[in-house]
Amino acid sequence: MASTAEDAGTQEGVRRRDWIHIAAISTAGVGGASVLFPLISQMAPTADVLAASTTDVDVSSIQPGQSIKAVFRDQPLFVTRLTPEAIAEAKEVDASSLRDPQTVEERLGEGDNDILVQLGVCTHLGCVPLGAGEGESKGDFNGYFCPCHGSHYDSIGRIRKGPAPSNLAVPEFEYASESVIRVG
Amino acid sequence: MSFAWANSYEPKSAFTKWIDEKLPLPRLVYNAVGAGYPVPRNLNYMWNFGVLAGFFLVFQIITGVVLAMHYAANTEVAFGQIEHIMRNVNYGWLLKYAHANGASFFFLVIYMHIFRGFYYSSYKAPREMIWLLGVVIFLLMMATAFMGYVLPWGQMSFWGAKVITGLFGAIPVVGEPLQVWLVGGYAPNDSTLNRFFSLHFLLPFVIAGAVILHIWALHIPGSSNPTGVEVKKESDTVPFHPYYTAKDGWFLGLVLSIFAAVVFFAPNALGHAENWIEANPLSTPALIVPEWYFYPFYAILRAFTGDLTIPFTGIVLIEAKLLGVIAMFGSILLWFFLPWLDKSPVRSGSYRPLFRIFFWIFVVDMAALFYLGGAHAEEPYILLSQIATGWYFMHFLVILPIISQIEVPKALPFSITQAVLGSDDDAHGSKSGGGDKPEKVAGALPGHDDDGSLQPAE
Repeated sequence: MASTAEDAGTQEGVRRRDWIHIAAISTAGVGGASVLFPLISQMAPTADVLAASTTDVDVSSIQPGQSIKAVFRDQPLFVTRLTPEAIAEAKEVDASSLRDPQTVEERLGEGDNDILVQLGVCTHLGCVPLGAGEGESKGDFNGYFCPCHGSHYDSIGRIRKGPAPSNLAVPEFEYASESVIRVG
Repeated sequence: MSFAWANSYEPKSAFTKWIDEKLPLPRLVYNAVGAGYPVPRNLNYMWNFGVLAGFFLVFQIITGVVLAMHYAANTEVAFGQIEHIMRNVNYGWLLKYAHANGASFFFLVIYMHIFRGFYYSSYKAPREMIWLLGVVIFLLMMATAFMGYVLPWGQMSFWGAKVITGLFGAIPVVGEPLQVWLVGGYAPNDSTLNRFFSLHFLLPFVIAGAVILHIWALHIPGSSNPTGVEVKKESDTVPFHPYYTAKDGWFLGLVLSIFAAVVFFAPNALGHAENWIEANPLSTPALIVPEWYFYPFYAILRAFTGDLTIPFTGIVLIEAKLLGVIAMFGSILLWFFLPWLDKSPVRSGSYRPLFRIFFWIFVVDMAALFYLGGAHAEEPYILLSQIATGWYFMHFLVILPIISQIEVPKALPFSITQAVLGSDDDAHGSKSGGGDKPEKVAGALPGHDDDGSLQPAE
């Protein structure tokens, strides 16, 4: 048996049956790997989770200096109307000296927008920082304070002190109408 | 897989003979945990915790399967289902408390088992594989326990899940997509709860499989013992049954009495009151901590508060968050290398005067990490965590390798028999084993020993 197979192949001992082995193993391998895809992909966010990925917030009733909390992708969202003084104060800080250098324009967008939208999720380990609600601790920089591991953010959510690596995330948003913003 | 003098299984009745021919399962049990397994005669109580760990694994599987009959992995109702179990299900309160405290006791006995291994160097040749499998079991236990704690969907469940899955977000480049994939969303949700329930049900059986491998690997060299001197002959051993089945049985009774006292009189002492509040994604508890058995590793995670930078340039090499994650996982993965970090040929800490001092310092260090992991993240706890974390890594990476080079061990007994009876007829002239040259004995330990009687017969 083996000798006939060898005779049919070349002198180097390569047999015709080797091709069948390679083809069969490759087919089984590719088939097996492709079966893994749905098994892995099913773990990703489901369609209903993705469908809930935008949130509309009515900002018309927010007074300057006031914040409201909304929910965006299952996470808390802080929407704040900054006072002109707070914006001016934030502009005075040299942004390049910060851990995560971001200017006021980068966080508020161009123009005279005074609505600050940010995720209420500490960038350290995901706790909800205090400061958006009435009477909550605002930390050392008159902004937000995370009680879990002591991160201090300033009034426009820039990390100033503590273990968090970056500023509070600013999601993309646009004005759906005069008074409503659509986040996401 | 046993010593030459081991009792051999002899079926008596026609039925057991018939079974033995078709499927020798009774023979397997007899040789594994019966009279067919010769065990060193000098085992102390630290050797009881392996059997206890096996007991609590089975206990958790039984109570867990029963609880699953009354639970629903749905964020709308999960928290209510726990109340339903507590109030409406017959003996549900008992099953719930037994399962929750059973996890604590499982970890308690596992920590005793691991520290037995540290002190008596159970990880050394020829038992490396047993140790490696043990570390795998411990990692599987941690994953299982973490996912189980999420199921009641209380505040600690939710925020624990968020913080721990957030750890994966610290990994560069792939971290955030990986985190979203693991959670199945942007924050723990229904998908997360369901997959955790599914895996929490599956993993205990994977652990059971790993435990079988662990015991299989144990039966090749046989059990270690408090002298660290290998078994040489029949008088060094006694059959597992009835000697150690009886000893394990009475010790199990003692531990179960303590367990029952906790379940009936202090069922919430080891838990967190916060977890009796339903999960609220918009409100963080003031102190997020895992269950007590994760405290040391949580303390290591939180000990890293500063980025790793190139001095004077301000260039960040590794962010603080990632450093903490690496250190936390590294602190356990380090155990995989322990058989090769501690090169001393002497196994038992009782014969290693220098090692013994540092062992107890290490125990104090771990105790400190246990305390610090549950404390608020503020000074002086942060600084203390950093010191304790530093010592933890120093112990394994610096102290153990150095000790094994410079230490002069005490004289070892010639055999287990001599250690127990004070004399051994086979000890020839060298009664005290090492005499005034203990290092010579140390060098002649198994692995290098050409005495054939040492090797268990296959």
